[in-house]
Amino acid sequence: MTSRREELAQGWIEVVSSTLARRVSRTELDQELHELYGAILEALRRGGVDAAGEHYAEVRALLNEISRNRARQGFSPAETAIGVFALKRGLEPLLDEGSAEDVAAYLALARLTDDLGMFTVDAYAATREQIISAQAEELLELSTPVVKLWDGIIGVPLVGTLDSARTQVVMEKLLQALVDTGSAHAIIDITGVPAVDTEVAQHLLKTVVAARLMGAECIVSGIRPQIAQTIVALGIEFGDIVTKATLADALRHALRRSPGALGGAGSAA
Amino acid sequence: MTSPGLDPEGTRIQLIATSDDVVRARQLVRTLAVGCGLSLVDQTKLVTAASELARNTLSYGGGGTMSALPVERNGRRGVRLSFTDEGPGIPDIDLALRDGWSSGSGMGLGLSGARRLVDEFELRTVVDEGTTVTVVKWSR
Ligand SMILES: Nc1ncnc2c1ncn2[C@@H]1O[C@H](COP(=O)(O)OP(=O)(O)OP(=O)(O)O)[C@@H](O)[C@H]1O
Ligand SMILES: [Mg+2]
Repeated sequence: MTSRREELAQGWIEVVSSTLARRVSRTELDQELHELYGAILEALRRGGVDAAGEHYAEVRALLNEISRNRARQGFSPAETAIGVFALKRGLEPLLDEGSAEDVAAYLALARLTDDLGMFTVDAYAATREQIISAQAEELLELSTPVVKLWDGIIGVPLVGTLDSARTQVVMEKLLQALVDTGSAHAIIDITGVPAVDTEVAQHLLKTVVAARLMGAECIVSGIRPQIAQTIVALGIEFGDIVTKATLADALRHALRRSPGALGGAGSAA
Repeated sequence: MTSPGLDPEGTRIQLIATSDDVVRARQLVRTLAVGCGLSLVDQTKLVTAASELARNTLSYGGGGTMSALPVERNGRRGVRLSFTDEGPGIPDIDLALRDGWSSGSGMGLGLSGARRLVDEFELRTVVDEGTTVTVVKWSR
């Protein structure tokens, strides 16, 4: 393989670049694949055909890098893996010359390329997963608005499944919004939440306590019948936390408690 | 990967290895509960119980699986869920099932609460081998 290094490398780059046609620059591919090729040759020279072995650490690092870039740039898994599998195609001429030794070498290398190809697909998938969860996180930030309902009253309408991460984001935003707006009341509306478990309840309770320490009062509204029954069965106690059936009830309550919110009329109510 | 598999008898397997899997488990349970004609209250109860048990599987059992199966008995339909892990097991079941007891920083209501949210509840645990909690919720 070493003796025909350039020939093989060129054939390989041809196959890859025809697949990735114009989506990656030729120079970039050239550099990327030469580096990879060099690393593979080096690993082979040091006597390894075990893709998971220590000789291949460098190769794996390069493949990881390439796969991550491809995943980020929106290439498909096939377009990413071709970089490795094309190497096998490049080796096929070995078979024509056909000594038993060559065939054995081809088979060993073919197995190696398969393993490296699989590794590439895994690395690609891992990056996509990361991208997806990063996007989910962004969405999370976007999907949990803290709105100002009135002077001194903020509201957080929660919609959808609450997991721990999401609840935590919401609660932190809420506490920050209390400070930023100088509000004394926050209404957490859970009308759109399909289930409240102990973890979510614990986050809610902690937030209420934290808000209280900051001199603000939280009201939880929109506890629907099925959620109420579930909370009771779980044995969660909301203690002296103010809860209201609807957001409107909660707002009315908060307005009554904020002197001046209705130009002074509120305190008389 | 982490999407639910389907075996020939209709058991769906959901891996529980991350907190996203807990959300997936919950969604799968919701779908099955709706499919079995559970009322909205019972759906919510079962989904909440699943959430508690899946989270215990993840945080105390070190991860595991949930298998979910629509069941039928005497003309009533229901959903059976099994949460299995190969974690440390529970040394003192009575203590673990006591309201308010947590070995961590939880409310200590997940296990005992889940038991109250379902119709059938079975806890099998062996120290150093793991824990399986099986629950059933029947339609009314
Ligand atoms: N699968 C499990 N493996 C090992 N220990 C468990 C398992 N499930 C529960 N436990 C033990 O039982 C205790 C009680 O569980 P429970 O779910 O009631 O409370 P918690 O998870 O600590 O808090 P939370 O109220 O948030 O659920 C746990 O603290 C843990 O020590
Ligand atoms: Mg728990």
